[in-house]
Amino acid sequence: MDVRIPVGSWIESGIDWIGDNLTWLLDLLGTVWTSLYDAVEWVVITPPAIAVIVVLAALALVARGWKFALGTALGLAFIIGVDQWDNAMSTLALVLVAAGLALVVGIPLGIWAARDTRVSATVKPLMDFLQTMPAFVYLIPAIAFFGIGVAPAMFATILFAIAPAVRLTELGIRGVDREVVEAGQAFGATPGRILRQIQLPLALPSIMAGVNQVIMLSLSMVVIAGMVGAGGLGGDVTKSLSALDTALGFEAGLSVVILAIILDRFTGAFGQKRGLHLVTRLRSAAASRASSPAAETEKVPA
Amino acid sequence: MNDDTIALRAEGLYKVFGRHADEAVIALHRGTPRDRLGSGTTAAVIDASFDVRRGEIFVVMGLSGSGKSTLIRMLNGLHNATAGTVEIGGEHITGIPAKRLREIRRARISMVFQHFALLPHRTVLDNVAYGLEIQGVAKAEREAKARKVTRIVGLAGWEERLPSQLSGGMQQRVGLARALAADTDVLLMDEAFSALDPLIRREMQDQLLELQAELGKTIVFITHDLNEAMYLGDRIAVMRDGRIVQIGAPEDILTNPADDYVEQFVQDVDRTKVLTAESVMRKPRAVVHVGAGPRAALTLMRDEQLAGAYVVTKDRSIVGWVRDRDVFELVRRGDKDLASVIRSDHGAVATDTALAELFIPSLEAALPLGVLDTRDRLVGVIPRVTLLAALGGEPEAAVQAAPRPDPLPTEVVDRVLEAAVGTGAAGAKEAL
Ligand SMILES: Nc1ncnc2c1ncn2[C@@H]1O[C@H](COP(=O)(O)OP(=O)(O)OP(=O)(O)O)[C@@H](O)[C@H]1O
Ligand SMILES: [Mg+2]
Repeated sequence: MDVRIPVGSWIESGIDWIGDNLTWLLDLLGTVWTSLYDAVEWVVITPPAIAVIVVLAALALVARGWKFALGTALGLAFIIGVDQWDNAMSTLALVLVAAGLALVVGIPLGIWAARDTRVSATVKPLMDFLQTMPAFVYLIPAIAFFGIGVAPAMFATILFAIAPAVRLTELGIRGVDREVVEAGQAFGATPGRILRQIQLPLALPSIMAGVNQVIMLSLSMVVIAGMVGAGGLGGDVTKSLSALDTALGFEAGLSVVILAIILDRFTGAFGQKRGLHLVTRLRSAAASRASSPAAETEKVPA
Repeated sequence: MNDDTIALRAEGLYKVFGRHADEAVIALHRGTPRDRLGSGTTAAVIDASFDVRRGEIFVVMGLSGSGKSTLIRMLNGLHNATAGTVEIGGEHITGIPAKRLREIRRARISMVFQHFALLPHRTVLDNVAYGLEIQGVAKAEREAKARKVTRIVGLAGWEERLPSQLSGGMQQRVGLARALAADTDVLLMDEAFSALDPLIRREMQDQLLELQAELGKTIVFITHDLNEAMYLGDRIAVMRDGRIVQIGAPEDILTNPADDYVEQFVQDVDRTKVLTAESVMRKPRAVVHVGAGPRAALTLMRDEQLAGAYVVTKDRSIVGWVRDRDVFELVRRGDKDLASVIRSDHGAVATDTALAELFIPSLEAALPLGVLDTRDRLVGVIPRVTLLAALGGEPEAAVQAAPRPDPLPTEVVDRVLEAAVGTGAAGAKEAL
């Protein structure tokens, strides 16, 4: 067979072209990403571990209740126990920044796609492509663009993790009861207002499911990104692979699992319709206090 | 008709979904049948024209898929009309900029939805205030107003609940309150009560009529339920396959269906609630003037073969009724004045009484039931047979059906009349 489609070399030359001609843009992105990462990492790594654990456990208490708070504290203590704290915090910082950026781009893109079928038709195959491409493949252009370090890891992670943000945002907005949107229109609300007051609030569970998936995908990707020198838990996993160090590999791996569970439960809590655990309880308490006197006398609520 | 009295006007409205919409309109205009437009092209509304008067409840009725929702959604621009125009209060809403359309929706026209379409994340009060919020009314003012309307629809005490905590009937009250609070002249209601169970539905219908009587809104009401249409509608438009096949008052539609489709449609309606005394009454065959003597009265009853007759004044206002036997006695005694035998319990009903309410009076009345206009003038009578025939769905037969009189035997009457004047009668008539 002589006929061969040289797709690979086309893409390669495309990537080369970007590397040669858009250097300023790549430099800018690399700098922004790295400094964001540095800032977040500084926040989680500077204070003593115990302080971070207390804060996270407190957040867990607010989000889901005392069981989750206890689990969080124990899990993080385990990470200290296997001496992976610094790595775990680096990975956490990388996940938060990469997922945050993916969401900042992905959610608006999803909104746009929900409002315009042509955008949707363009974005859909693109997202399919990004999500199904084997994750390792992103590392190659990442290194070509950004060299070794945090920036290429960030690049690969964002590309790999962005799809659910777009998709579930679009799905959520499109899934909002058509009559309710029509009610907004029928009373003369502007499209922006309908988006803010009707579509986004009602699509929130779906959007939050997207947020959850983005974070999970980011976490799985940043481990792979250890290969391009991003450090963190991924770095140790890679190191143990080349040195066949089972003990180190599993300690780093288990730390990833613990981070994953904690992050998943946190975002899962936001995704639930009823909102945060403590907030809900406070709200229902306030509501019952407000409604009981209102039943007897007509009273304007505070 | 004076344009001030028209709240909403649709003219030559078309809505074609799918490809080649404009060509389809031209084709339809030329007479191409709807089902020959080609696949992928659906003509949902074809050439709809009508006026809705201020303060009127205009009902659009038709089977599922006949285009009712599409039509009503063009009236506030939720659907763009493929062709034709809609005017609200004299202003075109077709082909205007989106901004102007929003202003008109805020100020002039609001909507109640079939499945309520409440904002599930907002309280009842915030839902009711939604239209006002969009109109830019300040928070305190709109909440006060929303509270008032919430009370009007009977939901006081539920203001702080979420829609999901309410029953279907209550949710639809919120929907109604939201539209009422917006305080627009025109209210669109697309199968607003269809999702409710029959009892609550009837309650809501009554409430709507009450509110309507009080507030005088212009309402376009969609339903596929004929009884609902007849109950609520001042006028009804019947749709079939995208076209309006008849527009008329409920009685018109019932008694003069424009075609077989409408006739079939109205077959199942409860006629007794829709038809009124006026629509089935016949001309009174004989009435006696107060001033007429007993002889004249008896002669009249004999000629008409009646067992009694209503007594009226010169301008046909009812005085009462007389029995032939009583008049017969008067004539035998040679009495010259009817007054002593006139009975006042004539039991006559008003022209707008529903058939359902005629049964008891009809059974109690000795004569065919009298029908009075607003000035108490006797304008018709309803013999029992007529009433029964009307129930059978044949108003024609009802009008023709003859009463069964049970008068005095003619020869007896003749003998008395002869004796009274001392001359021979023209000829004995056969008794029944
Ligand atoms: N958005 C749309 N796209 C394509 N066809 C549509 C659309 N909306 C309605 N139709 C078609 O238009 C016709 C009329 O629909 P419409 O919803 O107006 O009927 P309807 O009288 O309200 O029926 P129902 O009583 O079931 O609500 C139907 O054949 C329907 O399939
Ligand atoms: Mg419909």
